[in-house]
Amino acid sequence: MTPDTFTRSQWYAIGRLPDFEGAEAKPVRLLSQDLTVSDAAGVLSVNDADGRSLLTQIRYGHLWTTLSDTPRPLYDVPEFDEPDRRLVTAGGVGVRCSGLRCVENFLDMAHFPFVHTDILGVEEHPSVESYDVSMDAEKDEIWATKCKFFQPMASAAASGGQMTEYKYRVPHPYSTILYKTCPIREDVWDLVGLFIQPVEEDECIVHSFILVFDEENTDTGLLHFQQNIFLQDRMILENQVPRKLPLDPRWELPTRADASSIAYRRWLKANELQWGVALFNEAA
Amino acid sequence: MKLFDYVLSGNCYKIRLLLDFLELSHEKQAVDFFPGREHKSDAFLQINPLGQIPVLEDDGAYIRDAQAILVHLASRYDPTGTWWPVNDPSQLGRVAQWLAFADSITSTASAARLHDVLGYDLDVAQARAGAHKLFRVLDDHLANQELQGFNWIAGSRPTVADIACFPYVALAGDGGIELFYYPAIQRWIRRFVNLPRFKLMPGINIFD
Repeated sequence: MTPDTFTRSQWYAIGRLPDFEGAEAKPVRLLSQDLTVSDAAGVLSVNDADGRSLLTQIRYGHLWTTLSDTPRPLYDVPEFDEPDRRLVTAGGVGVRCSGLRCVENFLDMAHFPFVHTDILGVEEHPSVESYDVSMDAEKDEIWATKCKFFQPMASAAASGGQMTEYKYRVPHPYSTILYKTCPIREDVWDLVGLFIQPVEEDECIVHSFILVFDEENTDTGLLHFQQNIFLQDRMILENQVPRKLPLDPRWELPTRADASSIAYRRWLKANELQWGVALFNEAA
Repeated sequence: MKLFDYVLSGNCYKIRLLLDFLELSHEKQAVDFFPGREHKSDAFLQINPLGQIPVLEDDGAYIRDAQAILVHLASRYDPTGTWWPVNDPSQLGRVAQWLAFADSITSTASAARLHDVLGYDLDVAQARAGAHKLFRVLDDHLANQELQGFNWIAGSRPTVADIACFPYVALAGDGGIELFYYPAIQRWIRRFVNLPRFKLMPGINIFD
């Protein structure tokens, strides 16, 4: 299947800047297409298999490109410009499932106690309290707010259990950002996010980042915390069947805790997204 | 005692396991293996000229190679003398044999995992095929051990051979290697995760 218009019109992160240092036609795969990245004296360029030069931009610690000549603008994350924040980019991790499934899993708090046991959740507190989900119509993005969850070790800087407040943002079909209570500063949010590079309809590379206030941990300590959490998710993601995202309501019955997932699926449907979606009769 | 550690490394996990089994106090220094390739940096090459992790610093000396560190820790700090059974010559050779086998698991099953998870450029089909060949040998061996009443690779007690083989077998699924065909390996994994003070690493599928 060729990517639908909504999918094709997006910008995609394809790696961190150091990943392309001195690159000479380094192969990269995006939306089932072979691309190459080259570094000419610090200027990165991306070409498709026919040698056509693609648009690029450098933002949020990553190189972004698009197959479209007229892409939708890349969403703003103003927190990247705030002083004192620490940015740690965790590198691309391959996952054998649709990137859409990775976004959906990221939004799902119900898995914390069972997948991230004793870090992001404890089995004694499995319940997800109700939260608000809204569409920002102007920016065309989803926000889930007032999410609360008991976490024994919400981040590398946490010194004990806390009721963590969360906000989730989905500004792009393959990006999602979590805003969570900062354990060491009042009234600010720490950010954790995924920039997903869809490789095939059922395969992706997840570039994750953390953008936090933290005075105690080294960058490498933060990196290990983040990578450990994501590898816990990866195993769950790879065991999901089908590997593409099932959008057909006949498939999986959503529950109340899945309010953000329902909003995400509706939003994908409203934008007529088809690439990466499992068809009900395909699996039968 | 300090372990130069990477959280996703199965070879570092071997050392973390034995440190926990022996309840040895230690510090960890996090190494940015991926994406930063810190193990290939000039500073790290001073510590290990091979540019590999793990490395253990003990009494001012650096010890490299996961299997060598296991032998070091067990022979020096295991009061029971069972993890590296130095007083049982008949068993010691077998343990050493499976330590070498563990290295072959690293070059096959771990390679497939590096390809699939971290995007390493290598022949993944060859790596997976090599792992399956080794897993068949290990599965047969473990089944034979069970028939003789032995639960572990080298006999009736777990040794460093079990620790050395465990991580990249148990993490094989990360690299697209199914353990479905290896029932004796599955039973051995279940026994292993039930050892006292065992800690799970992400990517390990417990067959229950």
